[in-house]
Amino acid sequence: MELLDNLALGFSVAFLVQNVLYCFVGVLLGTAVGVLPGIGPTATVALLLPITFSFEPVTALIMLAGIYYGAQYGGSTTAILINVPGESSSAVTALDGHEMARQGRAGAALATAAVGSFIAGTVATVALAVAAPPLARVALKFGPAEYFSLVLFGLIVSIALARGTALKALAMIALGVLLGTVGQDIYTGTPRFVFGQRELYGGIDFVSVAVGMFGVAEILRNLENEQTRAAVISKVRNLWPTREDRRRIVGPILRGTGLGAALGVLPGGGHVLASFTSYALEKRISKRPQEFGRGAIEGVAGPESANNAAAQTSFIPLLTLGLPAHPVMALMVGAFIVHGITPGPNVLTDEPALFWGLIASMWIGNVLLLLLNLPLVGFWVRMLRIPYQVLFPMIILFAAIGTYSLGFNAYDVYAIAFFGILGYTLIKCGCEPAPLLLGFVLGPLLEENLRRALIISRGDASVFLTRPISAVLLALAVAALVLAVLPTIHKRREVVFAEDE
Amino acid sequence: MGTTSRYRAVARVIAVIGLVSLVTACSGDGGATGGGGAEAYPDQNITFVVPFSAGGPTDTVTRMIAEPMAAELGAKIVVQNVEGAGGTVGAGEVAQAEPDGYTVLMHHIGMSTAPALYQNLGYQPLEDFEMVGLVTEVPMTVVARKDFAPATLADLVAHVKANADKVTLANAGIGAASHLCGLLFQTAAGVKLQEVPYQGTGPALTDLVGGQVDFMCDQTTNTSGQISAGEVKAYAVTTPERVKSLPDLPTTAEAGLPQLQVSVWHGLYVPAGTPQQVVQRLSEALQVALADQGVIEQMAKLGTAPVPAEAATPQAHRAKLEEQLGTWAKVIADSGVEAS
Repeated sequence: MELLDNLALGFSVAFLVQNVLYCFVGVLLGTAVGVLPGIGPTATVALLLPITFSFEPVTALIMLAGIYYGAQYGGSTTAILINVPGESSSAVTALDGHEMARQGRAGAALATAAVGSFIAGTVATVALAVAAPPLARVALKFGPAEYFSLVLFGLIVSIALARGTALKALAMIALGVLLGTVGQDIYTGTPRFVFGQRELYGGIDFVSVAVGMFGVAEILRNLENEQTRAAVISKVRNLWPTREDRRRIVGPILRGTGLGAALGVLPGGGHVLASFTSYALEKRISKRPQEFGRGAIEGVAGPESANNAAAQTSFIPLLTLGLPAHPVMALMVGAFIVHGITPGPNVLTDEPALFWGLIASMWIGNVLLLLLNLPLVGFWVRMLRIPYQVLFPMIILFAAIGTYSLGFNAYDVYAIAFFGILGYTLIKCGCEPAPLLLGFVLGPLLEENLRRALIISRGDASVFLTRPISAVLLALAVAALVLAVLPTIHKRREVVFAEDE
Repeated sequence: MGTTSRYRAVARVIAVIGLVSLVTACSGDGGATGGGGAEAYPDQNITFVVPFSAGGPTDTVTRMIAEPMAAELGAKIVVQNVEGAGGTVGAGEVAQAEPDGYTVLMHHIGMSTAPALYQNLGYQPLEDFEMVGLVTEVPMTVVARKDFAPATLADLVAHVKANADKVTLANAGIGAASHLCGLLFQTAAGVKLQEVPYQGTGPALTDLVGGQVDFMCDQTTNTSGQISAGEVKAYAVTTPERVKSLPDLPTTAEAGLPQLQVSVWHGLYVPAGTPQQVVQRLSEALQVALADQGVIEQMAKLGTAPVPAEAATPQAHRAKLEEQLGTWAKVIADSGVEAS
């Protein structure tokens, strides 16, 4: 019963008054920066890091971790209410979450996100406690070849994100991949599509693209038709999920949790895939796939659980190996070092109180987040009743401030305007922005790992098939493609036969 | 509560949040309005521009010295991260800033390599800046995956020469300190290796620990944790002295490769044309900060140390920059890396 002893030790540390207090401060700040579009957890942690130097090490880490996973909770709020996702993971939540808000079901969407995140956080914390070191060893088996195959698999299954025709979806993915190539090529340093602008050397920021394509485009669409907007806000219906809703979200939450917890362990970008893949999975196995994109509650429950589970398990490489999977964790490595603790495998043996205290605090943090977020649901929903001519300039103002504060780069703000207009134009042409975003996020990952795998193998492409994990993932990708294409072929044959008769 | 007052309450909360974030976003805007002359310096907030992301080693060092410097100067110091293009975006911005001492740049070795790595840089390191003083010289370490065959630095050189077509050398991206150190290693060892660039040290180190790549050279701030834990094999440290946090690790000179001398040196800059008294005042404040016990302790934990007071001066800094510009122009040209 070593695990129970360890957990008892952890909770005895995490329940100390100052630790609960700073855990609360952390998740509160995290929720706040998650809600404000653009202002992310990385900047917040960087600002607060010097303050934590005077804390006990475990207290400092509890608070910093709280900011990180708290932001995952907060990010879904703006995605649902005003279609402005703050991080790549909440972009998927916006698809059905905002559609639900338009139908007057914002409360149900927000509550689902909160409850799903809580369950996912709890399960993932247990996974962290039970199996962190062995999981981290498995994650290290993922080299460039494995990541390439994983991302390819993710990309293929996520084509389900598209609502319209497959051709338009593919075109949008291609456009997204192209946008993702903007900036300096990491292998040669050659600038691509920067048009001589040094500010574009670092590439286009995800937040600018998401805020523009979703948020600003949505505003333009709403302004075009004042009446429909008025109709939307008049019918805010029941605040909480109905019994039918509750029945429908159990499966997606559990599947999303499992998927997110597994992908979150991979330090090389697995957590980015979690919410996309969960959405695709839910749509694929749903009896009502046509509802996805039109306010399906499963489309909120699955991805939200997945991204929160991934946020939790992405601490595994950090805690067991000292390897950061996210810029926030790179900052936490700094916090470890400043407190005289060497992040790495020794933390578990040398500082058991810190290791288990931090893990136990994550569960406490998730409880606090649930307590914090559920009562706020009513408050957020009321925000939708703010007259639109007051609300939309505020959204744009916040988005511009938040995006600018990311790197004090004016181009990030120009990008919001550019992508807002592009997004609006694309919607008018019947093209969905979601596949574009998918291509934008996954395209560069795909290219980076493909080229790195080939550099390491000296150009021998067979590595993708000779490395077992990579081969399995590629086989799955092929299977997913066949499954997706088969019904179409089948249908076409039926059509052909029908014409024959 | 009536519905209208409810809107108002919500609107008020939002307005407050908006105000707070506006203040946060704008507080970095120290030098916008002109204050008194150089005698009165400083009479407003000073902005320290870090041309790299928040939380990186350069950012950490800046935030460490900002606090004691602010206390010494009697003004607030705001740290602003202006990222992009290997630090050249932030440096370019400071080169264009008002030369009044309220916009200060913290930059590292990249200041001396940028002219060789970037076309149309838009500024010249020696002409467009005044040097304030050096801050710290972070040592680098040569590390490998733990099951890599060579046992010592001499073995490593022999091994990579014999297996040049198989060995992989990781780095954290073009122009990163690890890339520069890798170039210098190849020059010193007289061999051309397959480099594997990553986006930042984190992923590169992950693949090194995972055994996907063979070896790399990176700052102690990034590697000492993995070295002490035995997750990577360490061969040598690239400075003339051993580092306190890794007492068993020989220097490159001791290990038989004295040509491999490199450190990630950091320095403070202000735009050219800044009044001499102001530069002097900043340099004195820097020296006070570097003698601060807290700064010394924090730097020691990162595996580095402040430079001695005589190096934290404009003269010493200029001499270092001139020497480094020459060194790197040659190393980079020899390596065949093209400016972009």
